[in-house]
Amino acid sequence: MKVTKKDMENVAVLSRLDIPADKEAQYTQQLNDVLEYFDNLSAVNTDDIKPLAHVLPISNVFREDVVKESLDRDLALSNAPLKEDGYFKVPKVLED
Amino acid sequence: MSYEAVIGLEIHSELKTNTKIFCGCATTFGAEHNTHVCPVCLGLPGVLPTLNKRVLEFAIKAGLALNCEINKFSKFDRKNYYYPDLPKNWQTSQYDLPICENGYVDITKSNGETKRIRITRIHMEEDAGKLVHSGNTIKDSDTSNVDYNRTGVPLIEIVSEPDMSSPEEARLYMEKVKSILQYIDVSNCKMEEGNLRADLNVSLRPAGSDVLGTRTEMKNINSFKAVEEALTYEIERQEEVLEDGGHIIQETRTWDPDRGITLSMRSKENAHDYRYMPEPDLVPIITTDEEIEAFRNSLPELPDARKARLEEQFGLSAYDAGIITSSRDMAEYFDGVIETGADAKLAANWIMGDLSKNLNAESLEIADSPVDAKRLGEMIGLISKGTISSKIAKKVFEEMWKCPDSPEKIVKDKGLVQITDTKAIEEIVDKVIEANQKAVEDYKSGNKKAIGALVGQVMKQSKGKANPQTVNQLLAQKLG
Ligand SMILES: [Zn+2]
Repeated sequence: MKVTKKDMENVAVLSRLDIPADKEAQYTQQLNDVLEYFDNLSAVNTDDIKPLAHVLPISNVFREDVVKESLDRDLALSNAPLKEDGYFKVPKVLED
Repeated sequence: MSYEAVIGLEIHSELKTNTKIFCGCATTFGAEHNTHVCPVCLGLPGVLPTLNKRVLEFAIKAGLALNCEINKFSKFDRKNYYYPDLPKNWQTSQYDLPICENGYVDITKSNGETKRIRITRIHMEEDAGKLVHSGNTIKDSDTSNVDYNRTGVPLIEIVSEPDMSSPEEARLYMEKVKSILQYIDVSNCKMEEGNLRADLNVSLRPAGSDVLGTRTEMKNINSFKAVEEALTYEIERQEEVLEDGGHIIQETRTWDPDRGITLSMRSKENAHDYRYMPEPDLVPIITTDEEIEAFRNSLPELPDARKARLEEQFGLSAYDAGIITSSRDMAEYFDGVIETGADAKLAANWIMGDLSKNLNAESLEIADSPVDAKRLGEMIGLISKGTISSKIAKKVFEEMWKCPDSPEKIVKDKGLVQITDTKAIEEIVDKVIEANQKAVEDYKSGNKKAIGALVGQVMKQSKGKANPQTVNQLLAQKLG
């Protein structure tokens, strides 16, 4: 097993996920399966292969510095679960 | 034990583009909240960010002006963290292939010593939004409101090596970086608007040691005064902890400018793990030698070169040339004064003296000075021609500050022309000698300083208009 229960908990904290205790073993196993599958790549000889920065063989895609119309504020806020006076409203940021 | 401070700065500078880094939303400061947002900068699913060409141009120029190497192959990465000022839960930044690396700037300390501060890297990234807390502080707020106008405003982050060892050096370094960014015109550098802000890292080690101690970080410091004060406080605090046998905790502390102290954030947040990953939505950037050279050639004369030129061409002292060239606006104002044919040293003195004093008193930038370079140059011309004395010039300057008239007109209207007519001065000198026999006796009996009182009297009676040299000559003659 590559991923221990502790790794699993750490990943959950970093991702702000609340993992129910009865699912921990299952998720740990699933994460391990994924990582082990990726191990197949180790079989390939990559000695002369340059690290890949992007999957597409393109570069230098730019836009000109020209202002475009922004969204109407009401529309921008329309999917927000909480809003107030034209702001996105969010719960407590830092805990004591 | 005596300690040595080790200081490094991460300077964030907003670039003065019209639009955000990856979308066409305007970057104008002070707009109504959440009106400069679109699906791209709000991080809605399925959007495709595209790099603003001018951001790359400005970042490369900044790198060249800060003596960096430009990476010909560069890319963006996602820096993951959860904080509501970033709608995507990651900041698009650069990790292992930043646009610029290995630069430096030289600073000149108040004792005249020059020190080189190395720059590790400069990378491009997006700014985050602003939180408005419902309570007084972030901790006692049950909710916060978010304005995403600033989200996606282009930033460069300039990371220094920990080469500074005093709060003064840190301030000088930041001032120098600001000055260079202003010279090359890539940032407004308005610190009160958050265009330029620094994260300060500081640790202590026993003097002479080369092992680094545990550091603390203070984020988003946005004035030179705060840079020096926060570091001074934090160095003293760390010293006390170490002296008491304690340990420094690696943490982020906030600077409270009102109380003049730093405070632990005491957040339970885990150690940061940004899990950088290549940004799949943005393609790599390839820059050629030709492009880099073209950017290099487009740079204006930079502060160090300009300072050297003013010293050489006009014989200004290193100190004066340093002040005049510290901002591009002041250097250009100086050039404007010189263009009128004014004497360079007088020009420097007036700019650093009365002009700066008046600007400071009214919190004005030199570009908004009521007395422009041309009028100041003309006034200095009047001093050099002997039309007015330096003393009268101060009065003329104050008048010029209040009204747009030419100095010639002010001198004429106010009757401030210097009296160089020896006959007229002689009359006043005779009267003064007559009325101040005591001073005359003192002078004649060997107290040469007594002449000062007599000169003063003549100047007073002429309302400051007598040519002081003529007054001195005449008095010396008459008193034998
Ligand atoms: Zn946008």
